[in-house]
Amino acid sequence: MSLAASQEDFAQALLHAERPLPAGITTARGQPDAARFAVYRNNVYVGLTKALAQRFPVTERLVGAAFFTAMARLYAQDNKPASPRIIDYGDDFPAFIAAFEPAAELAYLADVARLEAAWTRAYHAADAALPDLSAVAAMAPDALPNLRLAAHPSAALIRSPHPVGSIWGAHQSATVPPMEAWDAETVLVVRPDMDVNVHIVPAQDGIFAQALFGGAPLGEAAEAAFAHEPAFDFGAALVGLHALGAFAGIHQGDVP
Amino acid sequence: MTDAATRSDCPPRRLPSHLPSHPPRHLPPRAGLGLKPEHYGHVLEHRPDIGFFEVHAENYMGAGGPPHRYLEAVAKLYPLSLHGVGLSIGAARPLDKAHLSRLRTLVERYKPQSFSEHLAWSTHDTGFLNDLLPLPYTDETLARVIDHVDEAQQAIGQRLLLENPSTYVLFADSTIDEIDFLEEIAARTGCGLLLDVNNVMVSSVNHRLDPRTYIDRFPVERVGEIHLAGYDETVDGAGDRLLIDAHGSPVKTDVMALYEHALARTGPVPTLIEWDNDVPDFATLQAEAVRADALIVREAARRNRQTRAA
Repeated sequence: MSLAASQEDFAQALLHAERPLPAGITTARGQPDAARFAVYRNNVYVGLTKALAQRFPVTERLVGAAFFTAMARLYAQDNKPASPRIIDYGDDFPAFIAAFEPAAELAYLADVARLEAAWTRAYHAADAALPDLSAVAAMAPDALPNLRLAAHPSAALIRSPHPVGSIWGAHQSATVPPMEAWDAETVLVVRPDMDVNVHIVPAQDGIFAQALFGGAPLGEAAEAAFAHEPAFDFGAALVGLHALGAFAGIHQGDVP
Repeated sequence: MTDAATRSDCPPRRLPSHLPSHPPRHLPPRAGLGLKPEHYGHVLEHRPDIGFFEVHAENYMGAGGPPHRYLEAVAKLYPLSLHGVGLSIGAARPLDKAHLSRLRTLVERYKPQSFSEHLAWSTHDTGFLNDLLPLPYTDETLARVIDHVDEAQQAIGQRLLLENPSTYVLFADSTIDEIDFLEEIAARTGCGLLLDVNNVMVSSVNHRLDPRTYIDRFPVERVGEIHLAGYDETVDGAGDRLLIDAHGSPVKTDVMALYEHALARTGPVPTLIEWDNDVPDFATLQAEAVRADALIVREAARRNRQTRAA
């Protein structure tokens, strides 16, 4: 058998426990041994589910280790890392959780996982200096609507009908404090320097930031936020989001 | 069994002339530790007396953030070994060019004193299989691995150390002994070898071989680094001892004894303590490094005495 054919055979047996052992594997006794081949099967899936547990610790805490491992194992069955760059593994695990029937009762689970996926993306994102906002303050008011602000490479917004930021925050300590309220939350995940921060921001600020991150000019982004909340405070939102590190550049006209 | 000596008659033409066969800067003949994120702060604050640090290349393939910030700081203070776990050198399929390019970027940025990878494969149509899978030792696989090691060294611009694997199964198709296989790759590509002593113990027990004989036959002149780690133990379907390369516990006594035996042949060599799962506090890791350093020092002293006596 060619090396390509033998590795395909090996991989199929590795990935599907119901398949027979690959042809040609043996032991010093001269007999193939299923328990030995199972070490490789186990390594693949234990390695992948462990990688997911490391990336999604709050998600794991919310459902318990046994449920999480079973869910992660099912995800890993059909979703292998796209490359050896394992730090990206699980980018679409939140979408899998959203469609995972046994977890449907925990409607907020997928959004917590989205937050955790954003957290590790922010951790590994490109570093970028924060722009100087004082230039904006000095601008003629009619220049402002056309201004564009580029998202910081680490920045991500999670808009959820659930208190996703509060749930995540409550599970950062050993003992989980009771939830005081159960409201929709918008969360900004961002790493302005070396620490990844998770901020709960007003919903209208989230809409504003989302529009800016999508490339909309300031005027258009502000209109979207006003449409959601007439009391939207444009200046406070801009200064506030900037102070959290949400932006990496200010441009007149199109973002280059 | 194919005769490795005949195949070695092919000149080692593959190492490009611009690649020094001995890198200008080496890892020191000391014990080193894997650098783990939970210990970044401790290492930078206390600057412990450790010979070198090793990182898995794949953990530093993000664009930025704390991993690069800390690795940059640590690499200014300590010699660095870059250890790849995802290149899949033993795969039938071509090497991943994007991955080679990411490795080259890391080598250019951090200028590690050593770069190493595994004699194993891990890539498939469905994605990365996240394990170091075994390959049969045949003329076909030998040619494939030689091409891949050659390509990797060219792409990365640095000599590579190839690590002997730990394996749980054998292949009926294998016609070449593992050591002959490794030696032939090194002879043909100019690559060095990484002797993982724990892997020697694991594979030897698993395949009913004598680990000391393996060490005695290993081409020690090509060894640029040694790895030590803790194994787990179970039994196979027939009740035979089955050792698992687990990297989650202290180095076992029999592996330390085998290491001492290996040192007597290799002389003092950079030696990494691998502990990648259930990573303990730094003091526990450092205690493991102290154990290895003591054996390195003892071997150096023994050689000095021999030299003086001669």
